Amino acid sequence: MTSEVKEKVDNILFRHNCEKKELINIIQEIQKEYRYLPEDILIYTAEKLDISQSKIYGVATFYENFSLEVKGKNIIKICDGTACHVRKSVPILNAIYKELGLTDKKRTTDDMLFTVETVSCLGACGLAPVITINDHVHPKMTPESAIELVQSIKKEEM
Amino acid sequence: MSGTMIIDGRKIPFTGQKNILSVIRDSGIDLPTFCYHSELSIYGACRMCSVETSRGEIIATCSEKPRDGLEIYTNSPRIRKYRKMILELLLSSHDKDCTACERTGKCQLQTLAKRYGLSNNRFTQSVQEHEIDSSSPSIIRNPNKCIKCGDCVMVCEEIQGVGALGFVDRGSEVIIKPAFNKKLAETNCVNCGQCRIVCPTGAIIIKNETEKAWNALYDKSKRVIVQIAPAVRVALGEEFGKKPGEVSTGKIVAVLKKLGAEEVYDTTLSADLTVIEESNEFLERYSKGENLPLFTSCCPGWVKFAENKYPEIVKNISSCKSPQQMFGTVLREFYREKDLEDGRDTFIISVMPCTAKKAEASRPEFIHEGEKEIDLVITTQELALMIEEIGINFDEIEEEAMDMPFGIGSGAGVIFGTTGGVTEAVLRKILKNKYGKDDCEIIFNSVRGLDSVKEASVNVDGSEIRIAVVHGLKNADMLIKQIKSGERQYDLIEVMACTGGCVAGGGQPTPKYITRETRLQRAKGLYNIDKTSQIKSSDDNYIARNIFEDVMKDKRHLLHVHH
Repeated sequence: MTSEVKEKVDNILFRHNCEKKELINIIQEIQKEYRYLPEDILIYTAEKLDISQSKIYGVATFYENFSLEVKGKNIIKICDGTACHVRKSVPILNAIYKELGLTDKKRTTDDMLFTVETVSCLGACGLAPVITINDHVHPKMTPESAIELVQSIKKEEM
Repeated sequence: MSGTMIIDGRKIPFTGQKNILSVIRDSGIDLPTFCYHSELSIYGACRMCSVETSRGEIIATCSEKPRDGLEIYTNSPRIRKYRKMILELLLSSHDKDCTACERTGKCQLQTLAKRYGLSNNRFTQSVQEHEIDSSSPSIIRNPNKCIKCGDCVMVCEEIQGVGALGFVDRGSEVIIKPAFNKKLAETNCVNCGQCRIVCPTGAIIIKNETEKAWNALYDKSKRVIVQIAPAVRVALGEEFGKKPGEVSTGKIVAVLKKLGAEEVYDTTLSADLTVIEESNEFLERYSKGENLPLFTSCCPGWVKFAENKYPEIVKNISSCKSPQQMFGTVLREFYREKDLEDGRDTFIISVMPCTAKKAEASRPEFIHEGEKEIDLVITTQELALMIEEIGINFDEIEEEAMDMPFGIGSGAGVIFGTTGGVTEAVLRKILKNKYGKDDCEIIFNSVRGLDSVKEASVNVDGSEIRIAVVHGLKNADMLIKQIKSGERQYDLIEVMACTGGCVAGGGQPTPKYITRETRLQRAKGLYNIDKTSQIKSSDDNYIARNIFEDVMKDKRHLLHVHH
């Protein structure tokens, strides 16, 4: 770990008084900063909070929202809750997978620009089918409009 | 809290039990459990202890306090169905290769499946193949036999303060393993084996090295010498129907002779050597005020723990080798010439109550030019397997005495096997002729028993020596933190990794439920041996004195090591 990373993590820990009960909040902030949970930072955090590595790893693997793998710069979440599902979210997911060359097993593009995830319900069933890109909600999607969105981001990134 | 509960129509009074489960068990009903251990926190994972109340509720009795007037049924039709279902589900995702499993016959899952008459399972087998982790020198972890009761996680975290194992992932995907997909050997595991003691199935077992023992015993070119640790003699009998604490030293010697050991010696003797060396070292450090407090070094689980978590206090750990390694050193010196004369190799096996001793024997500082001080460590449990295999009737075998010249240890050496024993042994030496007999008794009593931290203070030549005795690594961890913060001060600290000391080590037989009582009874067995031994203090052991004057003359430094 570089001293710069250490300082960042120390700041997060400091904001939470280095308290064990703040573990989830701390991990959330780390993920916000790095878009995933790097192993060395988790080990460092465990040491600072005086908890075991198993404990922090257990919490990190328990919640779907935490990722131990590096995520892409843009995170696309496709809602597959009941409402979105019946309004055909699966074709949208498949279209995006195809556009980005991803699969169920490989969810992040090699250029680290995109990560595609499914979520169980975004709570916007009236707007189904819904996707979010970097937490920005896009309602009433079709496979075509979803691909357009992805392509426009690709262009911006070029 | 006290009152009366109605259990299966019988009025059962209760006073102070911490949960309904204890009341039911005290009333003579062996309610089944997987995840409940009276010394661990309550997790409520297995639901086997559930009962039905008169109002038709199903409650997990481990997690409920006894209530006055509560009426429960422990074996109602609903409960029976419920329990069978749990067992069926557990079995459907369990590697059922029982004949190849070392826990067979003692496996709680197998026992309960039999008890509830589960002859066929409605559910299809759905075992996910997980890799078996045999990286550790002490234990083997087989996740395919794990029922996720969490006992190992709890004992590692709560009692040992290590936390090498944890729950990973969620729901049906959950698996118990070390963090970050590491192998056990790559973690901070201290090899204490307490996880294996509480594991109800064969998911965590001792690394079985009996095959190596057989090979050595069959090999005519090898002189096989066995040393037996104090704690083995008060627990091995449990595997053959004896009560915890029943002493079977003579039978163990006889059995080892039958197995083909040439000489059988007593680790108690090298415990005496340790006492002499360690008390000298302590008095020297104390007079100089150097690297105090002095921590004891006989427990390899503790040494590893300190190295992992507090490398800065390693210099405070005694330089004395543990009794196991001291014996190895002495035997190597003693047999060196003889080996050359006879053209044979001496092969040293130690029988230990401890899984961490396996790891200790393989530490690089105990291997000299490819020769290990101790060739092989087998645990009490493995010795029991060997005895079963050869078909000796343990009840009937006639007792034999240990061999000379290394077969006599003092009472002080014997009590090494329980928490407080090392301290008492050291005190017996340094208080000799300084305190009266009654005063000594009072001091010795203060370091006995199962309190998590025991303290004593003695006055030697006008200065006060403050002593602490701690067992269970979590307790040790807390004590070290208090010492660091200046809250507590000591000069001498005895640490044993396992609760109760070596008598409850990770290599010992596993009773159905390990309790405080088991630990106390085994310790009592050691104190009984001490009571009847003619030599009470280590420095009165003339064999130990002889060793210093003869075999180890000018070689005393070989009994020390720098961690």
